[in-house]
Amino acid sequence: MTTATERSVPKPVFTDAEAGAKEFPDSTARRFNYYVPRKRKQTHYEDVTVEVQPDPRHYLAQGWLYGFANGKGGYPLDWTALKAWGSDRPEPVRSPGSGGQGYEWPAHGWHEFRDPNEEWELSLYRYNANVVRQVNQNIDAAKQAKAFDQWNPNWVRFVSQHVGAWMHVDHGLGLYLFANANRRGPTNMHNTAIAVNSMHLIRAAQDLALYQLTLDEEIEAFAGAAHLDTWNSDPTWQGVRDLAEQLTAIDDWAEAIFAANIVFQPLIGELFRSHLVMQAAPRNGDFVTPTIVGAEEYDFAERDLRYSTAIFDLLSNDREFAEHNSRIMNGWLAHWVGLAVPAARLLQPLWSQPDSKPARFEDALDRVKSRFAGIVEDLSLDLPKEVER
Amino acid sequence: MSRQSVARAHQKIQELSWEPMYHQPVSQYGTDYTFRKAQKKDPLKQVLRSYFPMQEEKDHRVYGASDGAIRGNMFRQVQERWLEWQKLFLSIIPLPEISAARAMPLLFRNVPNPELHNGQAIQMIDEVRHSTIQQNLKRLYMNNYIDPAGFNSSLRNFQNDYCGTIGRQFAEGFITGDAITAASIYLTIVAETAFTNTLFVAMPAEAAANGDYLLPTVFHSVQSDESRHISNGYATLLMALADEGNHQLLERDLRYAWWNNHRVVDAAIGTFIEYGTKDRRKDRESYAEMWRRWIYDDYYRSYLVPLEKYGLVIPHDLIEEAWNQIWNKGYVHEVAQFFATGWLANYWRIDPMTDKDFEWFEYKYPGWYDRYGKWWEQYNRLSTPNGHHPIVAEDVDYQYPHRCWVCMVPCLVREDMVMAEVDGQWRTYCHEACRWTDVEAFRPTYQGRNTPNMGQLIGAREWETLYHGWNWADVVKDMGFVRDDGKTMVAQPHLNLDDPKKLWTLDHLRRMPNLQSPNVLLNQMTDADRAAFHANYIRGGPAGRPARD
Repeated sequence: MTTATERSVPKPVFTDAEAGAKEFPDSTARRFNYYVPRKRKQTHYEDVTVEVQPDPRHYLAQGWLYGFANGKGGYPLDWTALKAWGSDRPEPVRSPGSGGQGYEWPAHGWHEFRDPNEEWELSLYRYNANVVRQVNQNIDAAKQAKAFDQWNPNWVRFVSQHVGAWMHVDHGLGLYLFANANRRGPTNMHNTAIAVNSMHLIRAAQDLALYQLTLDEEIEAFAGAAHLDTWNSDPTWQGVRDLAEQLTAIDDWAEAIFAANIVFQPLIGELFRSHLVMQAAPRNGDFVTPTIVGAEEYDFAERDLRYSTAIFDLLSNDREFAEHNSRIMNGWLAHWVGLAVPAARLLQPLWSQPDSKPARFEDALDRVKSRFAGIVEDLSLDLPKEVER
Repeated sequence: MSRQSVARAHQKIQELSWEPMYHQPVSQYGTDYTFRKAQKKDPLKQVLRSYFPMQEEKDHRVYGASDGAIRGNMFRQVQERWLEWQKLFLSIIPLPEISAARAMPLLFRNVPNPELHNGQAIQMIDEVRHSTIQQNLKRLYMNNYIDPAGFNSSLRNFQNDYCGTIGRQFAEGFITGDAITAASIYLTIVAETAFTNTLFVAMPAEAAANGDYLLPTVFHSVQSDESRHISNGYATLLMALADEGNHQLLERDLRYAWWNNHRVVDAAIGTFIEYGTKDRRKDRESYAEMWRRWIYDDYYRSYLVPLEKYGLVIPHDLIEEAWNQIWNKGYVHEVAQFFATGWLANYWRIDPMTDKDFEWFEYKYPGWYDRYGKWWEQYNRLSTPNGHHPIVAEDVDYQYPHRCWVCMVPCLVREDMVMAEVDGQWRTYCHEACRWTDVEAFRPTYQGRNTPNMGQLIGAREWETLYHGWNWADVVKDMGFVRDDGKTMVAQPHLNLDDPKKLWTLDHLRRMPNLQSPNVLLNQMTDADRAAFHANYIRGGPAGRPARD
């Protein structure tokens, strides 16, 4: 007769440790009490993002513990020239018997920013997974329908060279502007929104690159590496490239976001995507490319621009530094618009390359200027002379 | 996608990177390391087309389990002893996670390999995932566990509390100072490759044994991303090793990062696993056994030692010393005893140890009872208010320790405490390796070599200094560790919520003697008194016992 030895496993125990089992002080205090929500009720997004990045001005009694070689730790507010109310108050000084109190939460206006897209991990993966699924399905459907056979040779060349060139912009800005800036914002809400923006662009760049891979397989005349020469040496693109590189060279994180999302994307990104590629493609037998480029357009127009205007609107209406901020942002506008409009104009020859032409370049430029003017007016800033209507 | 198409897709996306022709990207983070351009392959081979749906699927599983836990009344079986320690752990860990996201840009300009930047960008968004998914887990605990106090005030508490300050090193060390020291050696080579094993694998197993299957669900999902991050670190390390001039810095940084991670992570996770569990089966692994398996064998022997042939100088002495601390010098037990001594300055409840716990400790750590048993009996005796003070102010044969200036865990293994006068201040260190970190490593020169990018240790590093001369009731109130009746403390040295008379309040603390900062007092001593004090201190212990004449 054999005897079974009992396996050694933890035993379930009834502990009755669930909410409501007993009444005692705090037994019903089931909300995070260390921050004030933007609206009456705390949102799920706020609960998982607010205050994860500390600030010695309200809590953080012992201050930052590790610094750079210059002694600065954490997230210095002077990493941008913009200021939110309270920014000029010094960090509390600690000494024997000083206690640990800081200013009352939020201590300064940077903490008032909330991403209107309410991005956190659950939302960003759902959104981007849906985009890549839809993009893949569109490409698969086109392959099955032999849709690429309808493309005329000029359009094949256009997509390989110029749509291909655009993915370099997405990749460069995604990595070296947006991912870089996720280290530099003053709150977790800023930096999380910026990190999500970065992934939109890196994903869009890869969407286009992998689309190119498919086209290389499906279209005999498709030159899969043509985008490299175009990006490196086609004069039409050198203005955009020069500008994209300048954007990645900006030290001030807020200026970088501003220059990219308030100036560059509306004046050049939307010009190229919405007013060239998405308009010209259907007339040239291509119903697929607009869906891929359109996904990126939606990222920007409906999400990235949205959080960016929320950041800058708060600052241009700041209760202490509205004038200071508006003056700086107007300076940024003048500088970057002065570079963006000439770069946009250098793209003009692209409008004549497809066999079936889109609307005229000047009309397209007028439309993006008009939209841009609306964004600037919403931020209560001054419209630079280059885009006056 | 098939494996082949993943490889082709990954090859294609390499075409996206480009060398600047007109303007260089901004350079904001310095390093004293030098890198030559090298065609090091991105070890992740991750393409976002497959990455996003993969992560979404992992999310489905995590959130499905969360719903199931609530519907299945998981909290009727969760051990309070365990969940209380999660108030500390889950207040700490979202910050290191998000700091790891923020660390990635430190590498962009310093590691000249665009292919690796792809992997770093994916790690960045992984870390956003980890931070918010863990914050969400804490929110779920707050909503469904019997005692929300401490969860509901989590991030203010963590930022004000001395335990939180210890834990914050495991975040701030990733994002400041020399870019490679911080974002590569400290973060990926040591913290992620070595210590996430105990954080995200060993600890969740203990959670499950205590009735909590949500922590393993979330943290194993997190750990499945960590393996990619480990590859990121390895690729950068190999690039750094290619330049002989880096070897001296690598040796310095491995010593600092290894020792600091050991001091911080073993203190916290060791305490959670050994003192936060009710699972006292004799055949369940102790923290020391887990450490030997996950860190000594898997990390040290299987990962680090093979790198010696590439010229990496491995801190064998400090690895053996960490083991010596855990096994022979009772490091984890000393830390747990200190956390329990200072229960009143925390924001969670600490359950007394029982005879069953004693038996287990004695079995796993022979000699434990002689060292720590009597003190834990005193802790039990003093756990409910009965005309006495909290244990820290009672005579229980325990000398309140000095803080280590570097790791900020107190100098608990008394014989190892060293002192140094730095920048006009006398500082205490828990071990020679921590003294070396402050006095030699975190300096603008190292062994005669200029290291202008090395970071600095800053901040008010001794918590007690802030409250020197304060009444304890005011200290606890200042930190905000008080429940919604305005007087009952969040922290309690027991788990009994049935009888309000057994709950400590600010009124009990009013009667205590004022808090004194050991460091302030040390600096008030004459040189002779200070030397005598030190000679006496290092004769103390174990278990915090003062030196006997």
